[in-house]
Amino acid sequence: MSNEIELIKDPGLPEHKLRQSDVDPKAADRAERQVAILFALSALGTVLFVYAYLFIPTDRFVFIPLMGDQNVHQLLLGLGFAAALLFIGLGAVHWAKTLMPDHEVIAHRHELRSPDIDREEFVKTAKEGAAAAGLGRRSLIKKSLGLSLGLVGLSPILLLGDLGPLPGNALRTTSWKTGTRLVTDPGDRPIRPEDLEIGSVAQTLPELAPGKDHHSLNDIAKDAVLLIRLRPEEFNLDAERLSWTYEGIIAFSKICSHMGCAVALYEQTTKHLLCPCHQSTFDVTRAAKVIFGPAARPLPQLAITVDAEGYLVAQAPFNEPVGPSFWERSA
Amino acid sequence: MSARERIAGNVASYVDDRTGAAAWMKKNLKKVFPDHWSFMLGEIALYSFIILLLSGTFLTFWFDPSMREVVYEGEYLPLKGVEMSAAYASALEISFEVRGGLLMRQIHHWAALIFMAAIVVHLMRVFFTGAFRKPREFNWIIGVGLLTLAIVEGFLGYSLPDDLLSGTGIRIAQAIIQAIPVVGSFLAFFAFGGEFPGIAFIPRIYTVHILLLPGIFLALITVHLMLVWYQKHTQYPGPGRTEKNVVGYSLMPIYMAKAGGFFFIVFGITALLGAVASINPIWLYGPYTPGQISAGSQPDWYMGWLDGLVRMSPPLEPVIFGYTLSLNILIPGLIIPGIIFTGMALYPFIEQWITGDKREHHILDRPRNAPNRTALGVMSLTFMLVALINGGNDIIATHFDLSINQIMWFSRIGIIVLPPLAFVITKRLCLSLQRADRDLVLHGRETGRLVMMPSGEFVEVHEPISPEKAWLLTQHEQKAPLELADLDQRGVRRPGLIKSKVRKRFAVAHAEQVSKPTVEDLKEIEHH
Repeated sequence: MSNEIELIKDPGLPEHKLRQSDVDPKAADRAERQVAILFALSALGTVLFVYAYLFIPTDRFVFIPLMGDQNVHQLLLGLGFAAALLFIGLGAVHWAKTLMPDHEVIAHRHELRSPDIDREEFVKTAKEGAAAAGLGRRSLIKKSLGLSLGLVGLSPILLLGDLGPLPGNALRTTSWKTGTRLVTDPGDRPIRPEDLEIGSVAQTLPELAPGKDHHSLNDIAKDAVLLIRLRPEEFNLDAERLSWTYEGIIAFSKICSHMGCAVALYEQTTKHLLCPCHQSTFDVTRAAKVIFGPAARPLPQLAITVDAEGYLVAQAPFNEPVGPSFWERSA
Repeated sequence: MSARERIAGNVASYVDDRTGAAAWMKKNLKKVFPDHWSFMLGEIALYSFIILLLSGTFLTFWFDPSMREVVYEGEYLPLKGVEMSAAYASALEISFEVRGGLLMRQIHHWAALIFMAAIVVHLMRVFFTGAFRKPREFNWIIGVGLLTLAIVEGFLGYSLPDDLLSGTGIRIAQAIIQAIPVVGSFLAFFAFGGEFPGIAFIPRIYTVHILLLPGIFLALITVHLMLVWYQKHTQYPGPGRTEKNVVGYSLMPIYMAKAGGFFFIVFGITALLGAVASINPIWLYGPYTPGQISAGSQPDWYMGWLDGLVRMSPPLEPVIFGYTLSLNILIPGLIIPGIIFTGMALYPFIEQWITGDKREHHILDRPRNAPNRTALGVMSLTFMLVALINGGNDIIATHFDLSINQIMWFSRIGIIVLPPLAFVITKRLCLSLQRADRDLVLHGRETGRLVMMPSGEFVEVHEPISPEKAWLLTQHEQKAPLELADLDQRGVRRPGLIKSKVRKRFAVAHAEQVSKPTVEDLKEIEHH
């Protein structure tokens, strides 16, 4: 295409324009002073930094509009450090722009590919090398080396085996057993139904096993349960699920069935539970059915009742794994 | 010869006797680099990486990467007596007790955000100007690798303090691992040394964050820069600039001063942000516990698009032959990102396949002159933007008094509808800009001066543009689409016809353009 049509010509590099500092020695001197001032400001920044580090107490605060209360020590350290760095940079760039030569230079580009003769010689050398090693001829060596190189990679992979135990049953079990009391979190106090007003929510954990003095994070990650109290007639549950509630109190795993975040937001008017991570929304009145968002399963419901002393207990362990899904979950 | 010159000479000759560096140095000190503001984007990424190494090393002197439980007895009163991990306690110590510790933490976090932003914008510059074309495909792939690793590195970094927000992020990462078909729960147990959260994860990601990934970064960045050096920098089109030359300034002294100075400017601005702009105030979040969470939990911005995709995913979780397939996690969390990053890495080869162009390119494209590529880029950005917006849907909902459900539905529909729309609009815009360029060359610049003709008609006076400008607007090559014959020379249908038909279609779309003016066109106009 370009052969037939006359194209507009490249006028070539435009003429070089002189800067003021190139023609006027006074302007050049002025630029030199400006650069020196910038470098001096950097030195002042370092002085400020050292002063703040050594002499300003770390517990003094000052109110600055828009920024609020600021720690004076930290603020001055930062400002000093920033000035020390910034002004070196500004000085250097100003120096380059005003006083260093600004003639554009043309350098030639060479094709990256090696000359054909070099390429041919390379191929020859590589072939000769391979032939000298006998790679082509001695197939026994080639095959056995391939085998051993392939196998040697196995050992380091196997060594990673002790990174962790196999999951076993761990993803399916929690601390909840038949008769485990629900206790407040925090506080570890057992709960009576009358402690919960209608419309209220409580975060609970299973009572501590004897000999344990606190809940481990691994346990909380599976055991956390939300108690919500509604009017019994507000439920829209089948008979079995209704029997898992107690006088309008319903218990769900607090660990989201999507990705395991804590489902912590309860909207009293709509009776919806919302996970703040990805906005999966669960309807409490319909056994935490998913009504919005990416979660695909309801929150597991914990069957509860009261024990002889009138405290809320689990009727039975969770009947399904809590938390996010995994491949063999329903197996 | 002054004493100073003599000493310098002695040092130089001492070094050269042992390395023979003088020959290489004499040539390379005069190396020419073209000048353009957009070439500083990669520099910003490089400098923030150095800032990250420096500030990160400082932080390691105090940070204790352990999930051992301790009772906080430090200076921050609201958390006094609270049980927490040693990692969180030491992050608080750095923030409140180590002098300059908070400054360094904030510099480190700001530098990480600037690092990511610089990489992304640098990548956009390289993409939209076609700088990835032959011979620079390797550097494009290394760049995509660096971007991917940087996202992982950033995530691991903000996960280390073990506060409530970062612990929630780790929980989500664990759920993604656990959702992988067949081996998910095994991988998760290996990564975490057992059940979530366990006590192994923070020390493990610490090693990855401060040793393994920075080592890989150093290696990749070194190769990236060596290739830039060796292949010489690309340059924007303009008078005097050709495929055979580089026009710019020499390394010594101009670029030493400018690039060296620019390092200090980037560091200074990062330090200024660290001094005045609070970031990741972990003491407000409290220690991590799986039973709690704060509303408005947000990852750092470069993870936001991923979170947004997960949020908008439909609740798909089929059980197939008794096994659970968490598509609601796998599609947004692994499959789509996998497609995006693989597609990005392969793009130079895809474009080469479409255009059939095997030549070297050192003059950059003006984005408008590659409408298809530009449109594709804007399309991808639109996709990411919708995902990112949805990642902040809770924040947007509270700030603008909207319902989360509305934003979610906007995103679910928008992520499918808006990117193709962006493609079409961008392509039209590029072609319009080409048309405007053509008009500018043929009819000159509008002066805004109106003249009344004897007939009473008003016309605006146009002024011809400078030869430099005319060259800039017409220098680009306009190739016809690749010719692909359906039949071979003997009239037999070629094998792989469908593939070649697809290729032809792409080739035609890729070569769509407004033909640029020629001297003949100009002459013809003058005759009128």
